[in-house]
Amino acid sequence: MTDDIGVTPAGLRKWSPSALRAGRAIGVLSSIALTLMGLLLLTFLLARFLPADPVYAIIGDNADRDTYERVYRELGLDQPVYQQFFTYALKVVTGDLGMSHITGMPVVRDLLEVVPATLELAIVAIILGSAAGIPLGVLAGTNQNKPIDHVVRIIGLIGYSTPAFWAGMGILIIFYAQLGWIGGAGRQDPYFFGEVPTVTRLVTVDALLAGRVDIFLDALRYLVAPALILAYNALAYISRMTRSFMLEQMNQEYVVTAKAKGLSRGKVIWAHAFVNIRVQLVTIVALTFGAMLEGAVLVETVFAWPGLGQYLTRGLMFRDMNVVLGSVLVIGIFFIILNMLADFAYRQLDPRTR
Amino acid sequence: MHALTRQGLRAYLDPQNVHSSRQAAAQGLVRGGIQILRNPSGLIGAAIIVLLVLAAILAPLLATHNPYAQNLQQVLLPPGADHWFGTDNLGRDIYSRIVYGARATLTIVCIVSVIVGPIGIIIGATAGYFGGLVDTVLMRITDVFLSLPSLVLALAFAAALGPGLDNAIIAISFATWPPIARLARAEAMTIRKSDYVAAARMMQASDLRIILRQIIPMCTLSVVVRLTLNMAGVILVAAGLGFLGVGAQPPLPEWGAMIAVGRQYMLDSWWTVTFPGLAIVAVSLAFNLFGDALRDTLDPRSAR
Repeated sequence: MTDDIGVTPAGLRKWSPSALRAGRAIGVLSSIALTLMGLLLLTFLLARFLPADPVYAIIGDNADRDTYERVYRELGLDQPVYQQFFTYALKVVTGDLGMSHITGMPVVRDLLEVVPATLELAIVAIILGSAAGIPLGVLAGTNQNKPIDHVVRIIGLIGYSTPAFWAGMGILIIFYAQLGWIGGAGRQDPYFFGEVPTVTRLVTVDALLAGRVDIFLDALRYLVAPALILAYNALAYISRMTRSFMLEQMNQEYVVTAKAKGLSRGKVIWAHAFVNIRVQLVTIVALTFGAMLEGAVLVETVFAWPGLGQYLTRGLMFRDMNVVLGSVLVIGIFFIILNMLADFAYRQLDPRTR
Repeated sequence: MHALTRQGLRAYLDPQNVHSSRQAAAQGLVRGGIQILRNPSGLIGAAIIVLLVLAAILAPLLATHNPYAQNLQQVLLPPGADHWFGTDNLGRDIYSRIVYGARATLTIVCIVSVIVGPIGIIIGATAGYFGGLVDTVLMRITDVFLSLPSLVLALAFAAALGPGLDNAIIAISFATWPPIARLARAEAMTIRKSDYVAAARMMQASDLRIILRQIIPMCTLSVVVRLTLNMAGVILVAAGLGFLGVGAQPPLPEWGAMIAVGRQYMLDSWWTVTFPGLAIVAVSLAFNLFGDALRDTLDPRSAR
């Protein structure tokens, strides 16, 4: 998505900056619209062509001929394919993702329930992951090939190579089953269900809004393990990228100048080199946040966290295609928006791109 | 190859005495290989990968028990002299199942590479060589696939295709070709401007011939490196699919699926999930280490 956005056609050069910016915004928006359209087409094709028979998936193998014909027509399968896609796209755009046969609710309503749960997890994880990953990366990048560099590299490698679901089980075995320090399945103790009014759908925030510290602490006990695992995955990637960005800066001439004029090491690193990688870091953190949805699918399954990932997995298990496609669409849209925001932040923060 | 037998291996690999381009290529390969193995991470990575291949080939010799044989008198036994890694809920030997599980992992890695490499190269090289509308259309399609995390994309395909190892491989391939195509495209865009491509064009070579003979061979090396680095991710996605029950199906010994079954017993029988998980970590770590060393060798600039 980044290739053709930054390119300005030669004819635009003599235009005013505001017209240029507007033109670029239109370019970005149309490319996003195209990608979204493609995403819709992909999910449509997945639903229509790949399963053995979408009708049998709903009515089961033993239904009679009449039921089959009726469901076949209800699904619109007797219409031409392009018309089916048009109907599907129109439905999605108007916010109709169909019904889920596992919850008996419209998929959109389910999504409004589960997405905040995943966001709560992902936001805590990205904050922790960045707070640890960026300093570690700076440390490694400014101490190249020293022991600390190798330690950070190994920490990162383990993060890359460990399946998140397996790490989650290990933590459950030790800290839940053996030590009893953390909560097990879910977002909070069932004892507290419905105790505080639902405002933001983030259990921790709602508890604080209602002034219930006990509920907040309880929710934290459930949140800490899955959030830490996702944070560790984020840390692995963020520290590695931060390291290579820092290495690049530390070899630049302005760093040599800063050192030569006698600035302290801390000042050279944080006031000079680090300032110049902030923009790149924003992009990396945004992309990591998007990638967290992937980890969430597995981690939520292990911790029975009632979020988007678990919803998608349940849809898979019961072959509920509406649930699967709705979740996939939400994740795709989320990904595309994050990419767009990262690109926008890059443009705003880096004067060279203006 | 008769030059090899006549001169002996040492003389054949003497860089002072090169007679053919094939000999030069062989020397380059050997030198690169030695350099990778001198790198500690490359050595560890290569050793574990060799171990994986050996385990897959020699599984019947290495296994102590039949991986499918159930023994309901010996259910969930802890690790001991008879069952090194303990037994699972059906009394099957976990060590033997892990050894046989190497076959599933190796199958996935090999077939995904064989599918994804050529597809990525062809799409990327075509887009990069022609540019313009062809490039725009192909890269838009790539962008759509890139707008989803690879596990989610693989899950969606696996859901539609149905469970099973074959379908999981197809699903993973669908999810992992886009970055390869991106890479091949970037390479092709620089290659198409080179003089020898212009020369070939002047000699009336067709576009197809230029792509196949001039562009694709030059993209291959970087694609192979990227494939190696991506294999760790492929193994984790495959294990994730197995864990979520849409990958390999029981009773086939596959590490992710073994963890999924062991999960129900893990609080009392930690070994049911611990050992298959360690196998996954070891192999994905190996591909990460080996891929890093490979990249450092081929592109010393990135090793800094």
